[in-house]
Amino acid sequence: MLDYPTLKIIWWLLVGILLVGFAVMDGHDMGVGTLLPFVGRNDVERRVVINTVGPHWDGNQVWFITGGGAIFAAWPLVYATAFSGFYWAMLAVLWALFFRPVGFDYRSKIDNPTWRSTWDWGLFVGGAVPPLIFGVAFGNLLLGVPFGFDDQLVSTYTGTFWQLLNPFALLAGVVSSAMITFHGAVYLAHRTEAQIQARALTAARIAALVLLATFTLAGVWVARGIDGYVITSVVDPAAYANPVAKTVVRQAGAWLANYHAAPGTLAVPALAYAGTLLALLALARGRTGLAFVASSLMIAGVIGTAGVSMFPFVMPSSSMPNASLTVWDSVSSQRTLGIMLVAAVIFVPLILAYTAWAYKVMAGKVTAAFVKKHEHTAY
Amino acid sequence: MISDQLVDLSRLQFAVTALYHFLFVPLTLGMVWILVVMESVYVMTGKTIYKDMTRFWGKLFGINFALGVTTGITMEFQFGTNWAYYSHYVGDIFGAPLAIEGLMAFFLESTFIGLFFFGWDRLSRPKHLMVTLLMAVGTNLSALWILIANGWMQNPVGSEFNYVTMRMELTDFGAVLFNPDAQAKFVHTVSAGYVTASIFVLSISSWYLLKGRDLEFAKRSFRIASAFGVASVLSVIVLGDESGYTVGEAQQTKLAAMEAMWETEPAPAPFNLVAAPNEAAGKNDWAVRIPWVMGLIGTRSTTQVIPGIREIKEKNRARILSGMTAVSALEALRHNPADTEARDRLKAHQADLGFGLLLKKYVAHMEDVTPAILQQAVDSTVPRVAPMFWGFRFMVGLGVLLLALFVSAFVATLRGQCENKRWLLRWALYMLPAPWLACELGWFVAEYGRQPWTIYGVLPTHLSVSTLTPASLYGSLAGFVGFYTVLLVVEMYLMVKFARLGPGSLGTGRYLNEPAAAH
Repeated sequence: MLDYPTLKIIWWLLVGILLVGFAVMDGHDMGVGTLLPFVGRNDVERRVVINTVGPHWDGNQVWFITGGGAIFAAWPLVYATAFSGFYWAMLAVLWALFFRPVGFDYRSKIDNPTWRSTWDWGLFVGGAVPPLIFGVAFGNLLLGVPFGFDDQLVSTYTGTFWQLLNPFALLAGVVSSAMITFHGAVYLAHRTEAQIQARALTAARIAALVLLATFTLAGVWVARGIDGYVITSVVDPAAYANPVAKTVVRQAGAWLANYHAAPGTLAVPALAYAGTLLALLALARGRTGLAFVASSLMIAGVIGTAGVSMFPFVMPSSSMPNASLTVWDSVSSQRTLGIMLVAAVIFVPLILAYTAWAYKVMAGKVTAAFVKKHEHTAY
Repeated sequence: MISDQLVDLSRLQFAVTALYHFLFVPLTLGMVWILVVMESVYVMTGKTIYKDMTRFWGKLFGINFALGVTTGITMEFQFGTNWAYYSHYVGDIFGAPLAIEGLMAFFLESTFIGLFFFGWDRLSRPKHLMVTLLMAVGTNLSALWILIANGWMQNPVGSEFNYVTMRMELTDFGAVLFNPDAQAKFVHTVSAGYVTASIFVLSISSWYLLKGRDLEFAKRSFRIASAFGVASVLSVIVLGDESGYTVGEAQQTKLAAMEAMWETEPAPAPFNLVAAPNEAAGKNDWAVRIPWVMGLIGTRSTTQVIPGIREIKEKNRARILSGMTAVSALEALRHNPADTEARDRLKAHQADLGFGLLLKKYVAHMEDVTPAILQQAVDSTVPRVAPMFWGFRFMVGLGVLLLALFVSAFVATLRGQCENKRWLLRWALYMLPAPWLACELGWFVAEYGRQPWTIYGVLPTHLSVSTLTPASLYGSLAGFVGFYTVLLVVEMYLMVKFARLGPGSLGTGRYLNEPAAAH
């Protein structure tokens, strides 16, 4: 079996990979949902847009479910503390997601404009709200969250819901929304044609500009205006996971420390910029498939930037810094991490393989003719 | 201290969201196999009617599946949002099956369901059948992993408390996987799902037959449903009893409560067919008893004794007393990790730590425990008898009715007479709600029957909750109930609408109620 410190690092990477997988896969159909009411101007156009993700949204959503399960199994304290602390934010995500399964499946089953338009806006909410809230949550993680533990390790969130909606976190929310909208627009450009494609391309350009601007602004803000966190006691990476055994202080510029220590990590934020620019370039040349790969790399860059900046912190506590959750002390036991690693190594490649096959089977442009031909069976 | 109100509201929210979720899961578990059977016949015979059957019943399956997914999203995250201490305390063990469920099963099911609906024109017949089969396998594997997790809550094997991390940690993954409780629960639960799906197809087909419409389609569906139903209902009843007699204290406690066995009877114990359980007096006011039967069902022997409620409580009293020592030692150790005396004391009493934690519902410190409080804790270790006793009996009664229905339907279809027996068709139609009721009762007996624990003998329900305010819980509970109820109404509306339209809703031109006429 791998040693405990190595497993802890591997699981930090794996959770990152699952989050990126979620944002790339579920992200593109959330982006499509966000754009649905704007790029589809009549019923047939909207059905075209919906059917680009029709066969795939459900499989993609499992990245979210499995991400939740993996965090539960690998980082139980993070799962417990973050989801109970961000209670209303989490419920807002779940409730927004409720609109998707029913929206996709029920929308076209009844031929009534009010019915269909209601579900279209439901799909918009299900696509637009979760990325925004996840962005706000990441913003708050970078700032530190007010929570602590008692003697028995019962966690309590001591802040309010409204304080999560601070300016920096909202900016992070916009970064996330722009990222997902851009990604969805690129996917739509790949799977549609004519007018819908033209509108998707316009949306992609706007979203890319917003993304580049807000991502840069957030970076400057983190560098100049936000105190990071540093562990000041000696860390034993092989120790049992006990989140209250260390000392932590807030320090200006601490979120840049990893980039100073290992300049190679600057490649991660650079990937966010490079991916966006490459995707724009590819779209301009009509290479929509390449653009999708590039925007996926952009997502890895954006999420990776947050991860690298905070490492080894996962959820710093602003009110009781010593209780901050880190990759060293909020993880499962060595045995569980080892078993879960085996499961991930076996199943993630399988999942990627059959997902790729599913996309290959359904490949090609979705057109108005397709929707008319399958009027009673398509979404 | 955690307020009782918070605990009650958290439990209510979990029950509501789980019961709603479980309205949709059983049908999904069974429908996938019925679809596999129908499509297999299509691939083997090439008869279009079987393709239409697969697509039409698949359409109804899809309407149900959408809400299964919707309500399932909540379940994956609710342990974190509302049961944070539970998630921390047992996440090392409980999280793994949930994560593996996603990786191994839910991805499979959800990826292939898309191709099931949209791949008809793009896949060869055998390939599409393979897609349907993989969807079915994924769906049922999902249930397996969820029930491995749930089985561990009933019978927490393969794990040990670690005072440094202040939680349970995995010691033997194999024991968790091959937990006899989990295996029995899996078979019982998926079989119940197969029964649900069989009734669903049988009832709606009977309605078409009663109306004298789409006869060929309905007769074939009726035949498949009745055959699948007979096998499934036998499996539920035979293997359901299995889940009653598995060894383990949680199940013994449950058994005593659901059979209203207050005293330990000499083996083989009599069976209380009906009784009037009197909680306050700790006895049945009256009972209709059948000699020997309980002992035979419960132990598969004439000599093994089944412990009654009184005996279970007395054993638990000893464990609570021992657990008090464990809790005090643990608290000393949390303050001073170098306290070797406390460490030894904890080690000696660790197996009863959970029983000591039961007292935390009443007092903050073990020194404050009075004889009255101890008695309260002892009494709380067995769930209330009347709801268990009657919940179980209604479930079994429904199972027996379903068995009779399926056998009659199967015999009728073998004789080729099902469309003429109007009493049978009406009976099948009216039995439509029965399996759902039985499934919900089964969930209740299993989960309410484990109280006062979330993890039997390890973690009391009272300590498992998140430290939220009751106001938050009122808000979220209202939100869930409101949202789910609206969605349920919409789902029922669509389900009834498409069941009435029948196979004509596919727009193939071969059936009644073609869509052009339906508008």
